[in-house]
Amino acid sequence: MARTDPKKDVVIVGLGWTGSIMGIELAQEGLEILALERGPDRATVPDFKYPKVIDELEYGIRFGFMQKPRNSTITVRRNGDEVAQPMRRLGSFLPGDGVGGAGIHWNGQTWRPMENEYRLRSYVEEEFGADAIPEDMTIQDWGVTAEELEPYFDRFEYMAGISGQAGNINGEIIEGGNPFEAPRSRDYPLPPLKQTVDAKMFAGAAKSMGYHPFPRPAANASEAWTNEYGMQLGPCNFCGFCERYGCINYSKSSPQTCILDALKRYPNFSYRVNSEVLRVDLAPDGQTATGVTYWDDEAGEEVTQPADLVILAAYQLHNVHLMLLSGIGDPYDPRTGQGVTGKNYAYQMNGGTTLFYKDVDFNPFAGAGSVGMAIDDFAINQIDFGAEGFIGGSYIVAGNSNGQPIRGISLPEGTPKWGAGWKQGIGEWYGHSMSIGSHGSCLAYRDCHLDLDPTYTDRHGRPLMRMTFDWKPNDIRMTQFMKGKIEEIAQSMNPDSWQSSFKSEGARYDIRPYQTTHNVGGAIMGTDPNTSAVNRYLQAWGQHNVFVLGAGAFPQNIQYNPTGAVGALAYWAARAIREDYLPNPGPLA
Amino acid sequence: MTPRFLQTSRRAFLGGSAAAAALAALSEGAQAQQPLPPLEEYAPVFLTPAEWAFVMAATARIIPSDGDGPGAQETRVPVFIDRQLAGDFGAATDLYMQGPFTPDADMNLGTQSPLTPAEIYRQGIAAFETWCSNELGAAFADLPADQQDSALQALADDDVGLEPELREFWTLLLQNTKEGYFADPRHGGNAGMQAWVYIGFPGARANFHEWAGRDEAYPLGPVDIAGERA
Repeated sequence: MARTDPKKDVVIVGLGWTGSIMGIELAQEGLEILALERGPDRATVPDFKYPKVIDELEYGIRFGFMQKPRNSTITVRRNGDEVAQPMRRLGSFLPGDGVGGAGIHWNGQTWRPMENEYRLRSYVEEEFGADAIPEDMTIQDWGVTAEELEPYFDRFEYMAGISGQAGNINGEIIEGGNPFEAPRSRDYPLPPLKQTVDAKMFAGAAKSMGYHPFPRPAANASEAWTNEYGMQLGPCNFCGFCERYGCINYSKSSPQTCILDALKRYPNFSYRVNSEVLRVDLAPDGQTATGVTYWDDEAGEEVTQPADLVILAAYQLHNVHLMLLSGIGDPYDPRTGQGVTGKNYAYQMNGGTTLFYKDVDFNPFAGAGSVGMAIDDFAINQIDFGAEGFIGGSYIVAGNSNGQPIRGISLPEGTPKWGAGWKQGIGEWYGHSMSIGSHGSCLAYRDCHLDLDPTYTDRHGRPLMRMTFDWKPNDIRMTQFMKGKIEEIAQSMNPDSWQSSFKSEGARYDIRPYQTTHNVGGAIMGTDPNTSAVNRYLQAWGQHNVFVLGAGAFPQNIQYNPTGAVGALAYWAARAIREDYLPNPGPLA
Repeated sequence: MTPRFLQTSRRAFLGGSAAAAALAALSEGAQAQQPLPPLEEYAPVFLTPAEWAFVMAATARIIPSDGDGPGAQETRVPVFIDRQLAGDFGAATDLYMQGPFTPDADMNLGTQSPLTPAEIYRQGIAAFETWCSNELGAAFADLPADQQDSALQALADDDVGLEPELREFWTLLLQNTKEGYFADPRHGGNAGMQAWVYIGFPGARANFHEWAGRDEAYPLGPVDIAGERA
């Protein structure tokens, strides 16, 4: 069974953050747009309503809003000599599916990269010499600058109603903000969130050590906000069910709360759910896309959907998978370094120290996804890579997002994992610990990449995508440096006891415990078609009517959570399409 | 011993605060709840009688009843586990179950067993019971508590000769026991929200704006998704 549907001007693959942004921006041009979402439809009511969604087992542990490996997964190996095994159960990262994508179940931590992160290779070569870059490290420049992207960060942050405190407005350093950030044109739209006890304790200690604490920028509204599309957010009530959950309260910025109701009012926009795109169809000469082919679950048939413009707006992994399956860009070969699609997959290097206080009531359940006080005194632009022997940096933060008990209760080292001692431990220590975390860069390496698996297939018979990734000495040295800094701060805070968890020499990637859903690279942006998969407007080099949004564009991972940059790049690409591409379709670079 | 949460509320009550008055009202609500039938009368959906006896005995050692706080028995963790195994979790509904399977692959690459969680329990219990019988001379449930503990420790240490297909058995049993202890009561465990009361987790209240940043004990007991209070 197969059918061909009438042609559209634009087909958008995936209706999360980037698909929603591109959808509404192009809908304003009057184009006929169809968005295809592989998962179900989702709305605040009924899907996130109180009290249904306040169910830790259903959503926090059984991953109710995440992709199901049975329908979609990858294979993983740590190096080219290992046989990749399928990720049969979710663990290390949690891609979403359904309308809103991961934009419904994130914490809302919304950052801008440092200026030097966009031109990391050039920066390192200029400041420390080309010899500072290890032979197997394949870092690249993005092809855009912080200054060029500033208006698009501003647009995203005002659309999403971000709560925060500016540290640098047009070069003027603002007390209480991040003094090391790239200049921004104005303050955040909303003031910072209230802070939790742990965040205040950390900020006090950091300040007394001469550091510069500031509130973590939050897509959890501190006050009511109405955005440019007329969408309204209400103030966050610190429900303590943010990450992994849809927001009960219209407070977390998401496609649902910030864009979708406005978008659905455009008669020239429509979307289909349970419609998984199988491939991008190319013209016989391969120079353009003719549309996409997708699987219509409801009809039980393949559908050919012609379109003039194809926007890949799925999660990073799925965009790269579709490119590999469709022949968009030459597949990257780690042996030769040739090819671009799948190149420079990177992750995130995080660590943390837990502090125990018998006599402090942290009330961890009174949390918000992005609450917290951070310092950037050890950011990627503050470290002498030559002296320290690594390239990279981290922000350091304390802020309590939740107190959900199944997801874990921190217990002092030596507490049994089960039995009477465990039960006594949870009674004594629930609500009496806090943690200080580092959230750091993860750079790109010759062998860390994405390609098609030779053995395993998905429910449509397509090869699964294969991830080759392991932790590297440079990034381990970076996180060990952060360990030293965090432990100094922790000791100054006089806890009853404390313990650390940072990757150390020889650490191997483990896909079982949750780490972070910050998968980047594989569809990297740049200025040279020989070394990047898309140009600086996220346009495929070989097919000018295909644009690839999302964190796949990052040539290596930044030290921050990716969504701020993902949103800014979506607006950056939307402007290029609206103002430059539509009047004169063709390569933009 | 009185759970810490109740000690706290008693102090708050003596203080005459509005929160304590609200708590007194909540306690009446809790008393009005219908009592659940005794655990012994529960008819398992998935587990056989022998498997049920094992799960009852094993969870009672993983979270024992003595000492502060409720145990797995009082919170009806075995009911939770039986229901999970009978449902989507047990059937691996969400998992990628296409072969080829390499069950002895490096642990870091995640579970590679061809068996569903329900099958892992079924075969894992049988294999562990055989080990208990051969090494300790009795079914697990019939062993004295200290021998049960050392047998479970051997299981946790992968020292009972389980096939690679079953090596997740202990991890699942431990994780599911803690899930049943802490999950919303709608899933069959955490009866009366006792585990939440014990640690001081307010359950599904989900509204704490005025409590962010306050270093003082939260005075209200939990509510669950059904609207019950404890």
